[in-house]
Amino acid sequence: MPDFFRRFVVAPPARAGDAVVFAARAVREAFRPPFELRETARQLYEIGWLSVPLIAAAGFAVGIVLSMHTRASLQRFGAEALIPAALTLALVRETGPLVVGLLVSGRVGAGVGAELGAMKVTEQVDALEASAVDSFKFLVVTRMVACVVAMPILTTVMNFTGIVGGWVAETAISGMGFRTYFEAAFSIVQFTDYLPGTLKTTVFGFIIAITASYLGLRTSHGTQGVGRSATRSVVLASMLMIAANVVLVRLIFFVFPETAE
Amino acid sequence: MSGEVVPIRLERVRKRFGRLKVLDDVSLDMPRGEATVVLGRSGTGKSVMLRHIVGLMAPDSGRVLVLGQDLTRLSPPALAAVRRQVGFLFQNAALFDSLTVGENVAFPLRRHTRLPEPEVRARAQDKLALVGLARDYEKMPAALSGGMRKRAGLARAMALDPAILLVDEPSAGLDPITSEEIDDLLVRVKEELGTTLVVVTHNIPSARRIGDTLVFLYEGRVLERGDAARLERSGHPIVRQFLASEAGG
Repeated sequence: MPDFFRRFVVAPPARAGDAVVFAARAVREAFRPPFELRETARQLYEIGWLSVPLIAAAGFAVGIVLSMHTRASLQRFGAEALIPAALTLALVRETGPLVVGLLVSGRVGAGVGAELGAMKVTEQVDALEASAVDSFKFLVVTRMVACVVAMPILTTVMNFTGIVGGWVAETAISGMGFRTYFEAAFSIVQFTDYLPGTLKTTVFGFIIAITASYLGLRTSHGTQGVGRSATRSVVLASMLMIAANVVLVRLIFFVFPETAE
Repeated sequence: MSGEVVPIRLERVRKRFGRLKVLDDVSLDMPRGEATVVLGRSGTGKSVMLRHIVGLMAPDSGRVLVLGQDLTRLSPPALAAVRRQVGFLFQNAALFDSLTVGENVAFPLRRHTRLPEPEVRARAQDKLALVGLARDYEKMPAALSGGMRKRAGLARAMALDPAILLVDEPSAGLDPITSEEIDDLLVRVKEELGTTLVVVTHNIPSARRIGDTLVFLYEGRVLERGDAARLERSGHPIVRQFLASEAGG
């Protein structure tokens, strides 16, 4: 009974509290020198640049699928002319940011969770500390900054390739020209549709990096623990991100009331 | 009492993990330029002691003084300054597996010196040559054997020419010949560079080769301390049993 009580009643809130302290420390350390610019640039390359092919390909496919669904829906009302705008609106406001979040959570969350987990169990984190390097700053803050910076850029890539995918699907059916499609797409889409949805991905990036780093650095039980950390990173980061999205959408409607119309 | 600062001093250090006493009132001085070998069975607190000396663990009570500084009271920047003078060879070398062998050795130089890049590379190359890995600069750690990894770890630990070198189980997992080569290397480092060595091992031949002073730990306490001859004359049954079993097998 005491063991059950400790595992299921005491431990979860204690771990959550520990994770919140971890996240707060990451934010605080991000504004304190030294800034580890070289490692941050390396992480931007690993997390951001190397995710571009995945995001671009996924965006293209999502654009095609969205176009087909939008056409099927709007055709019923004889509103095919609205397909480019409806697709772009859906993509820019919600689909693009969320899909990028889930894809990056899968690719980067698992990668960071496993990498830091492996570093932990093979004493590489201790080796960093023993080399007089602040391992938290070097490993966690750099990844957090890279994720936060990369996410809006990757979202913009997804939005663009999604619109291109939508055009490819549309032109295959109706023969619509590229320029006509783009003019129609941006006829009703405003900057305020793009900005909040894209900026909220910085929060997604923060959640992904912190969750994966936290779980990675708490890895124990050898290689089995590394695998577990990678899996948990993806699952927990995705869940937290989806939950945060609900709050963020409410917040966006509050701050940008015109987007709720 | 001389004015010279003892490089490593443990004062009544205690450490527990839950109910398990790992270090129990340990007090030790480790003299400058000498090799202190910490012996004992697995799980007696040897590696934990090393981790205290580099500040990776803090004692529950007592003091750990390294180069005259009490690690338990230092700010993070001050602790980092002490760590720059301490090299640590981990049991499994703990090489950064995303970097090449040469970059691993160059890592502390890039972090803590303002040397130009060609000089960093030249120094890393020198350290690798010292441990017999001159031709392995560009190799990834995964491509090295256990003995080579350990030597590369030693080169990285020595990159900043530390005043103190901590070595955790230098012969673990190695064949007797490679183990002897690493021991010889450690003796050379001590004699040629005047480095203070602290070596944790359960390998008696290795301890005899390296150690000026042997410390026998048992259940977190220092049971015996002195040169190899003194340990062999020890009347303590646990020390005698340990030495006999190692000699036998």
